[in-house]
Amino acid sequence: MAAVISAAGLARTFRTKRGPVHAVRGIDLTVHEGEILGFLGPNGAGKTTTLRMLTTLLAPTGGTATVAGCHLVTDPVGVRRACGYVAQSGGVDGQITVREELVTQGRLYRLTKAEAVERARELAQDLGLDGLLDRRTAALSGGQRRRLDIAMALTHRPRVLFLDEPTTGLDPGSRADLWDLVRRLRDEHGTTVFLTTHYLDEADALADRLVVVDHGVVVAEGTPSALKREHAGSADASLQDAFLAITGRRPAPADAAPVAI
Amino acid sequence: MLFKDTALVYGRCLRQSLRSGVALFFGVLTPLLYLFFFGPLLTGLPLGGQGSSWQVLVPGLLLQLALFGALFAGFSIILEKAQGVVERMRVTPVSRLALLLGRVLRDTTVLLFQAVLLVLAALAMGLRAPLGGILVGFGFVALLAVALASLSYALGLTVATPQEFAPLVNGVAMPSMLLSGLMLPMSLAPAWLEALSHVVPLRYLVDAVRDAYAGSYTSPHMLRGVLVAVGFAVLAVTVGTRVFRRAGA
Repeated sequence: MAAVISAAGLARTFRTKRGPVHAVRGIDLTVHEGEILGFLGPNGAGKTTTLRMLTTLLAPTGGTATVAGCHLVTDPVGVRRACGYVAQSGGVDGQITVREELVTQGRLYRLTKAEAVERARELAQDLGLDGLLDRRTAALSGGQRRRLDIAMALTHRPRVLFLDEPTTGLDPGSRADLWDLVRRLRDEHGTTVFLTTHYLDEADALADRLVVVDHGVVVAEGTPSALKREHAGSADASLQDAFLAITGRRPAPADAAPVAI
Repeated sequence: MLFKDTALVYGRCLRQSLRSGVALFFGVLTPLLYLFFFGPLLTGLPLGGQGSSWQVLVPGLLLQLALFGALFAGFSIILEKAQGVVERMRVTPVSRLALLLGRVLRDTTVLLFQAVLLVLAALAMGLRAPLGGILVGFGFVALLAVALASLSYALGLTVATPQEFAPLVNGVAMPSMLLSGLMLPMSLAPAWLEALSHVVPLRYLVDAVRDAYAGSYTSPHMLRGVLVAVGFAVLAVTVGTRVFRRAGA
């Protein structure tokens, strides 16, 4: 399989009044076309910072990466065309209707007015937002709201979809719906999905492969069952045990700085 | 591309403003209060300017409207940042400059609308000024709004919380108002205050609009006012653009 994301030594250091903070120290990773990749790590491990670099929101201070063949620094517009991003907080205005947000998003991706209107209708149908187009986004339920966030990110049929903790705060039914949606995106459109999560059952059920980061570097990677075998002793162990073995009981590097940005 | 993107962001922002109805009129409230309850106090005073006291006061109130309205414009982007709207737009290929200009032009539109209301009220109170001068006044309102709104959005994008934003903006707004002779002309000031006022860019705009309201369009005041207003706007938009372009802001 071809690599759709590849990063080498990707790093980000924030300058603060109390000295430099190394949020991401050097991430090496490869994501294959059509893969669902789970990106795991404790709070402050550098997950969101990595995601923000890969989506061009934040300039790296070290290393390189390409997304869909486009270089992060030299071709940010190419990267933006190829990827969709759903932040933890989502990103819609509560006073605006679902239709207006979807149409505006289409136009930001340079669709004509007519194309944007048609694409909004298509997305609403595809993501179960049909009857909600004229509702203000503040009046949506948590699950509907998340589906809208994802619909916004799918506007331009991206090759790579980045989801930052997509199911946090959702009820079990909505979570299951979202898992189905992610699988369907991959199966029907071949979309590569790069998602972060703190729910290890979610990572286990959804991801083809996991990358675990801690203190800003990749500390383990492999399929869920391989990680369990390798770090928790058996493929029948829980991913929780493997995760704790990988991240919890290792001594921190001597120069570890707090990475709470 | 830049033009289309700017129009798109402008449209979205303007619809947000129109939707909030009352907010369209909110900014003009303070200058109107000055007009109704402060303006009449000046009618018999020797202000040293040309024409009536209204021709001295109304230019000041117009620029006061633009000063406070535009300086606080960036407040809205702090909220949009918290909602994730800014980042959501920044991952699309939309021009970074358009994300700034669309917002700035929205604020300029709203402030011009309020400026027209203010002048209409002033005409009812007794202002008489040449139409050309009134239009020139709107031009200065627009330039000041573009400049200050750009800086305000740059600040709003940079600070983390509204609590940091408000004191900084007030720290600029109040001295600018007092030192530019917005309320009463600086010709009444003692020499040291008059000299000090010359370091405040707004001073030159106030002088120029007062000249315009008195019908003198070719005075040295007007020339200096135009140069300062245009220069300041160019500088401010450049600063705003740099902040909007910089990743991670």
